[in-house]
Amino acid sequence: MTLLLESLFNGAAIGSVLLIAALGLAIVFGLMGVINLAHGELMMLGAYTTYVVQSFFKLPLLEPLFGGYIFVAVVVAFLVSGLVGLLLERSVIRRLYGRPLETLLATWGVSLILQQFVRTVPLAWSTGLWLAAMVALAGPLVGNRLWGLRQRPWLLRLGSWVVAAAVGVAAAGWIRGAMPKLARASARNVDVTAPRWLRGGLDLGDWTLPIPRLVIIGLTILAVVAVYWFLNRSLWGLRIRAVTQNRTMSDCLGIPTQTVDALTFGVGSGLAGVAGVAVSLLGSVGPNVGGDYIVGCFMVVVLGGVGNLWGAVVASAGIGVLTDVIGAGRLLEVWPQMPARLQQGVEFFATTSMARVLVFALIVLVLQVRPAGLFPQRGRMAEV
Amino acid sequence: MADTRSRWPPRWSQVLLWGMGLALVLALPSLVSPFRLNLLGRYLSLAIVALGIDLIWGYTGLLSLGQGIFFALGGYGAAMHLQLNCHSCSRAAGGLPEFFGLYGVQQLPWFWEPFHSPWFTLVAIWLAPALVAGLLGFLVFRNRIKGVYFSILTQAALLVFFNFFNGQQKLINGTNGLKTDLTRLLGMMVGSDAMQRNLFWLTALLALLTWLLCRRLVVGGRFGHALLAIRDDEARLRCLGYNPTPFKTMVFALAGGLAGISGALYTVQSGIVSPQFMAAPFSIEMVIWVAVGGRGTLWGAMAGALVINMAKSLVSEAWPQTWLFIQGGLFLLVVTTLQGGVVGWFQEGGPRRLLARLGWRTRLSTYPALELETGPEGED
Amino acid sequence: MPTPGPGSPLLELAGVSVSFDGFLALKNLNLQLAAGELRAVIGPNGAGKTTFLDVITGKVRPQAGDVYFRGRSLLGRNEHQIARLGVGRKFQSPRVFEQLSVQENLALAVSTPKTPMGLLRRHLTGAQRQRIHHLLEVINLAPRAHHRAGSLSHGQKQWLEIGMLVVQAPRLLLVDEPVAGLSDAETERTADLLRSLAGDHTVLVIEHDMEFIRRLQTRVTVLHQGQVLCEGSMDQVQTDPRVVEVYLGAGQEEQP
Ligand SMILES: Nc1ncnc2c1ncn2[C@@H]1O[C@H](COP(=O)(O)OP(=O)(O)OP(=O)(O)O)[C@@H](O)[C@H]1O
Ligand SMILES: [Mg+2]
Repeated sequence: MTLLLESLFNGAAIGSVLLIAALGLAIVFGLMGVINLAHGELMMLGAYTTYVVQSFFKLPLLEPLFGGYIFVAVVVAFLVSGLVGLLLERSVIRRLYGRPLETLLATWGVSLILQQFVRTVPLAWSTGLWLAAMVALAGPLVGNRLWGLRQRPWLLRLGSWVVAAAVGVAAAGWIRGAMPKLARASARNVDVTAPRWLRGGLDLGDWTLPIPRLVIIGLTILAVVAVYWFLNRSLWGLRIRAVTQNRTMSDCLGIPTQTVDALTFGVGSGLAGVAGVAVSLLGSVGPNVGGDYIVGCFMVVVLGGVGNLWGAVVASAGIGVLTDVIGAGRLLEVWPQMPARLQQGVEFFATTSMARVLVFALIVLVLQVRPAGLFPQRGRMAEV
Repeated sequence: MADTRSRWPPRWSQVLLWGMGLALVLALPSLVSPFRLNLLGRYLSLAIVALGIDLIWGYTGLLSLGQGIFFALGGYGAAMHLQLNCHSCSRAAGGLPEFFGLYGVQQLPWFWEPFHSPWFTLVAIWLAPALVAGLLGFLVFRNRIKGVYFSILTQAALLVFFNFFNGQQKLINGTNGLKTDLTRLLGMMVGSDAMQRNLFWLTALLALLTWLLCRRLVVGGRFGHALLAIRDDEARLRCLGYNPTPFKTMVFALAGGLAGISGALYTVQSGIVSPQFMAAPFSIEMVIWVAVGGRGTLWGAMAGALVINMAKSLVSEAWPQTWLFIQGGLFLLVVTTLQGGVVGWFQEGGPRRLLARLGWRTRLSTYPALELETGPEGED
Repeated sequence: MPTPGPGSPLLELAGVSVSFDGFLALKNLNLQLAAGELRAVIGPNGAGKTTFLDVITGKVRPQAGDVYFRGRSLLGRNEHQIARLGVGRKFQSPRVFEQLSVQENLALAVSTPKTPMGLLRRHLTGAQRQRIHHLLEVINLAPRAHHRAGSLSHGQKQWLEIGMLVVQAPRLLLVDEPVAGLSDAETERTADLLRSLAGDHTVLVIEHDMEFIRRLQTRVTVLHQGQVLCEGSMDQVQTDPRVVEVYLGAGQEEQP
């Protein structure tokens, strides 16, 4: 019984990381037909953001609040990755709608650039850059309201760029001084210090639940609920779904389809950032951290089927439990006297990487029966 | 059509071109240092895997991000043979290759056995990858999985193979890979300069042969047209009575076989095969060679592989930090603005357009005599 | 293989129903086509005409009912298997292979066997070349034989697709809106071509152009909301009050 529970919990833990990582990917793929190979790197940005936020909270001023930095990190990571995603959509993806294979390659190019970016640019400067971009974006909005600059748009634009640049440089300079660790770029991994309440485990009799895992499961549930609410209950969610079903018609109805595209991609990317926070709790953070998770995300999307939140949930739960059952050789514990040959087989696959091998084989088998995933999309669009 | 096939007798310009190419290949070993020659030979072998990618992607529309699997399989095939026949290497108990001793393996794993034979190896390095590709392809194509789904499945498969090879120390030495340069082959040390020179020539020959084979298959014939039709409108082709699955499976297997040959050649020239051959970035890089060179143009793909790799080695020697930026930029550039790749750009009159945009009006398009010549033919 | 007797229909749809997520595109549809017949099918937009062809060609699987072609059920067969049995189809919006030349398009359609090895090993036979040549004349594209199909006009693409259909030499030709976008003269030529094909082939034409249908001088089936509304000659159909109602008076204007 405990065995079953343990397996379920571990499966849920693995699955929740998969799910939170895959959520953004699945949304963007399902709604826009775009596979974003830079998704892993957006996660990486989220993880680095956690590191930066945590460094801020180590400053004397914020030290007392250190326990709560994780919540700030979730929000900031969402904004960081979301903003990068937004820029990505505006500059590259937009030109490539309807050409999914090209999008795939372009986003891969972006992922290379992002990886190399964090290797070569100090975090202090990256933070400054991001702040500058936020100011530059927000400037016109604020300026329009406050100073009646509406009549002279060029001045407004110029002004916000200048202010943005100043803010960026000042922030970067200050961070360099205040947090020497962020001043130099390095390809080496960094470690996020978890607040005390996040360390250790929850004792349940003879069995402890690691708290970070619990937190990630909670975060994932939160993210899924939020996404569900956003897509199905909010006005913009309605618009997004409308555009997915019939772009031309939505255009005619006055839905700003371009904004919808940008928003969808931005939200998907932002979720990658949140996933990055989760990932940073599990291990050290480096430029390659995204690559470790991205293929798992693909498996979830392929297995779950496109355009269905539940597909992603079920698929990641299934993959999670299976990975644990195979990877930890649970079959041996349940059935110790199994024949020697079988036992050899089970032991052969009882590592994380071999479990992945078997899970992939199983997925290919499932696809033989259900080619469009567990929850396929129907309709004229779906076939082609 | 008839005019795209090579005609006989060839025109003198063609003879000259081929003659120059041959002379260059023969003379190169005395022109460049052994180090550079070795690099060139490796890149030339990469041109073969690029050729396969052009077949499946450029012609058939299947974007595989997992060609590294087949590349590495070919490499492992060659390396296993060389390891088994290495008489000067130090040995583990029972005459097994040395690394087995480190993990306490007493008996040669069964799949190593046939690699004692050079003939088996020569066949296996292309047949085994082709079979794996054929099987994987069949299972996927049968279910009409295509487009990005196919791409990410191939990438997942790549990762799975990577994990497998990386984790199996007792079978194939895991992360460390297999070294090949200490074996004597035909009386010469594989790693020696003389052998490397021969390998360079061999690679050049094989590159030429595979190019001819692919051209024969896909250019101008109905088979090639069927592939283009699959790429452009598969459902329509079905209604004409074609089953796309065998076509795709066959082409994917062929590309797998080419990748195997390429990997074997690369391995013997680089001296080692390791799971890194199956790292995800490498397989995607292969695609970008083809994209930059020009997909759907066979030789564009080969040229892309050669040129980009040379550029990579030169740039990374000079400024190691920048290559990834350049590569990422190349991805973006090719995909957003240069869809036909460099070759495609030339074919579509890109240079003329560029000149025109720079303000140099080209006379060609307004020259009356030319207009008269092309006029009656139609103007598409 | 049992050859169906002279009395049995070439194509028979028996109680076919197709539902898309609960929406019934075809409702218990029954229809028979005799060998050598030319049949026109009309119906308002969304009546299920294209879906009906999708069912025959294996693209859509019906929830109920069965489709028999020459006495054999087509259900559970793939598109290419059905095509090889002798069912050819022209799509509603022309779908030709734009990167290939006109002639290459036709060559793909005429080739047998349609397998990789068949295409690699065998050359087109003299008879096949002859057919391509002939068809190029018929569809008026001989001067453009070596041009890319993508460079053709919409009407020319329609013609090319009809050519690809005919050159396949199927027993049954399913033609979805062949004259949309054609000029009057071309429309007439198409009608004549289809009429000349009937007899040797069985032809089913879907069209909205009433003049064209009239010119076919043949039996007309009216489809409405996934069901056969009525069947008969053009004149009978046009005077049928149900048809008039469905077309909201459009049928009345047609009458002289
Ligand atoms: N794959 C599908 N998914 C959902 N609904 C579909 C699908 N295919 C067809 N339909 C619906 O079935 C109905 C019939 O469509 P069909 O294309 O057969 O009409 P049609 O008679 O060919 O119309 P038209 O004259 O405009 O070509 C339409 O309401 C259409 O929306
Ligand atoms: Mg229709």
